Amino acid sequence: MSHSNSSPSGDREAVLSRIAEALREEAPRHYETLEKPASNSVTAAFREWLPAVGKTRKDQIALFTKQSGNLKTEFAECTSATAAAKEIAALAKKFKWKNIALHTNELVESIADKLPEKLGTLKVDDGYEKSALEACDAAITGCEALVAQTGSVCVTGASSGGRALSVLPPHHIVIAQKAQVVADLPAAFELLAQKYKRGYPSFISFITGPSRTGDIERILVLGAHGPKKLTVLLLP
Amino acid sequence: MTTSATQFQIDADRTTADEPRRAAVRSALGNYKVARDKTESAFASWQHARDAAAAIKYEGVNHLDHYLKEFEEKFTARGGKVFWASNGAQARDYILNLARERRVKSIVKSKAMTSEEIHLNDALEKDGYHVVESDLGEFIQQLKGEAPYHFVFPCMHLKREEIGALFQRKLGSEKTDSPEELTMIARRALRQHYLNADMGISGGNFIVAETGMISITENEGNARLATALPKIHVALVGIEKVVPRLADLALLLPMLATAGTGQQLTCYNSMYGGPRQPGEIDGPEEFHVVLLDNHRTRLLADAEQRDALHCIRCGACLNVCPIFKNIGGHSYGTTYQGPIGSVITPHFRGLQDWKHLSGASSLCGACTEACPVKIDIHHHLLQNRRNAVAEKKVWWERWLWAGFRELMKRPWAYQMAIRLAPLGQVFHPLVLGTSLDPVEPWTKTRDFPEAATKPFHDWWRDRKGVRK
Repeated sequence: MSHSNSSPSGDREAVLSRIAEALREEAPRHYETLEKPASNSVTAAFREWLPAVGKTRKDQIALFTKQSGNLKTEFAECTSATAAAKEIAALAKKFKWKNIALHTNELVESIADKLPEKLGTLKVDDGYEKSALEACDAAITGCEALVAQTGSVCVTGASSGGRALSVLPPHHIVIAQKAQVVADLPAAFELLAQKYKRGYPSFISFITGPSRTGDIERILVLGAHGPKKLTVLLLP
Repeated sequence: MTTSATQFQIDADRTTADEPRRAAVRSALGNYKVARDKTESAFASWQHARDAAAAIKYEGVNHLDHYLKEFEEKFTARGGKVFWASNGAQARDYILNLARERRVKSIVKSKAMTSEEIHLNDALEKDGYHVVESDLGEFIQQLKGEAPYHFVFPCMHLKREEIGALFQRKLGSEKTDSPEELTMIARRALRQHYLNADMGISGGNFIVAETGMISITENEGNARLATALPKIHVALVGIEKVVPRLADLALLLPMLATAGTGQQLTCYNSMYGGPRQPGEIDGPEEFHVVLLDNHRTRLLADAEQRDALHCIRCGACLNVCPIFKNIGGHSYGTTYQGPIGSVITPHFRGLQDWKHLSGASSLCGACTEACPVKIDIHHHLLQNRRNAVAEKKVWWERWLWAGFRELMKRPWAYQMAIRLAPLGQVFHPLVLGTSLDPVEPWTKTRDFPEAATKPFHDWWRDRKGVRK
């Protein structure tokens, strides 16, 4: 048995004492200290330097639409749950889906009720077989927020059916409402902090377009290991 | 000369002569530059963003003990386990023991340079575990049996035909050189591994002290799969990765993407705060974070160069480096290539053995300018040179400089030397091209400048029309 296993937390004290010893001399700063904004919000300071975003929701949805185009996310505004269900039914027909996976979520269920009956559904909430989820053609999930600045979908284990649902099936469909559109990343983190004051879910992710890689000659290929397609449907 | 320095010379000579490979790397990095410039210009102020990012990392690194303890407290309160490793051996032993105790059979890995640093795969495979790299670039390098070429773009030096041939040979796939088809072959080959693996090993881009989370940035979704499906998740993370607050990521994530690949945001930025919590649908039963020191505290103790620990491993300094573009990633012989690797490797592996990397720099400062967290990279290269000489003087350099000093102190001796130079040069062809040539490293690839037959002093005195 090596020394490392003598304590369950390993060489904790030795590492911490080396750190304390090392930090006795102060390091020079190679950056300029910026003026702190009047607001006491941590993230407000960054907002000034990040890419600009319009103030109104209309501007933000327009930016999200533009970003989606660049990212190859399919984005559509739907007037109602029925219209969204029609969009999904059309995708199911086009790509010959047999099974879809989803989770308990008011928005998702309001749409799932209106989908063609022959489409098999797997609900993940009470546990699932990994292979059964892998065999699904698509997943429908809710989300925490849509981030206009980057065209990102913010998901958490709590809002989007756990960790695997939004990454394992080859097509991920996100259902969101207009009220969920936020301007930028600082706003998204503020929203999460508000909502999960009593404890964050164990999984938070910002999804920015379908899975991709540039590892072969820096040429963009979609659908590396995660979903090949990402569809975002925005309800009123 | 030491072994690693000699090897560096040999490898750099060979790769610099490989024109097609250099052209491929140059073209890939040209595309990076275009994308990066465009994304960077969308920032309201990239320069202010750099200052703000540097301030966050300064705060984290200069209160490392405080924030690591805060992380540990928050993370363990949510059922995570933290293991502190002084060195690679301790980290490897911990992970190996965990795999043994839990009777793990199959391991899926997402990209982690820390695991390259401590040769984790070798140790696991020696123990009989099947370890699969799931990041496409790392998967290709694993099949090829080669270390990553670049710590962000592991196989950027390979052409698609080479990857096609490799897949044919190792995976028995159909002949193709389409990047799309090659990616799909890898996707199919790896799918079952995610479902079957009982341990997922990842690195970590940020340790969030405030909320006890590990943040992982990736494009492919392989890290998400490797941390969602197996029943054990192990994250092997360097201690310097700490940021104080979760919201700090609102700035650092877009900066990492911009500097790293020229994207506005990498495809998946995920924060993991513990194993599966009560009431959650899925996720691993156990989540272990291995905090790796492995000489990072040695660098921390060097206040002058401490900011090298601010590094977020975006790879921007490699992408803009004229040396990297010419000698390529493998010549360095290090886990971390390029300018930042040349700064930190001497601290990790010994200054005298790795000082030559700090010499392999034109000191143009492109690295410092490209760095999103304002690490003073090119000055650190100079400091390494200074420290190496201060620690161990080179006898012939001392003699050479002493002679030069004496010469410069005596005008008559200087005058004589420059008048003798053209005479001496007449005999240069006798030794040119042989190891007897005192300036052989120069004349190997260049002409030696001719000494003027008329010294500058004489020319100045004899100028026409100048009043005496």
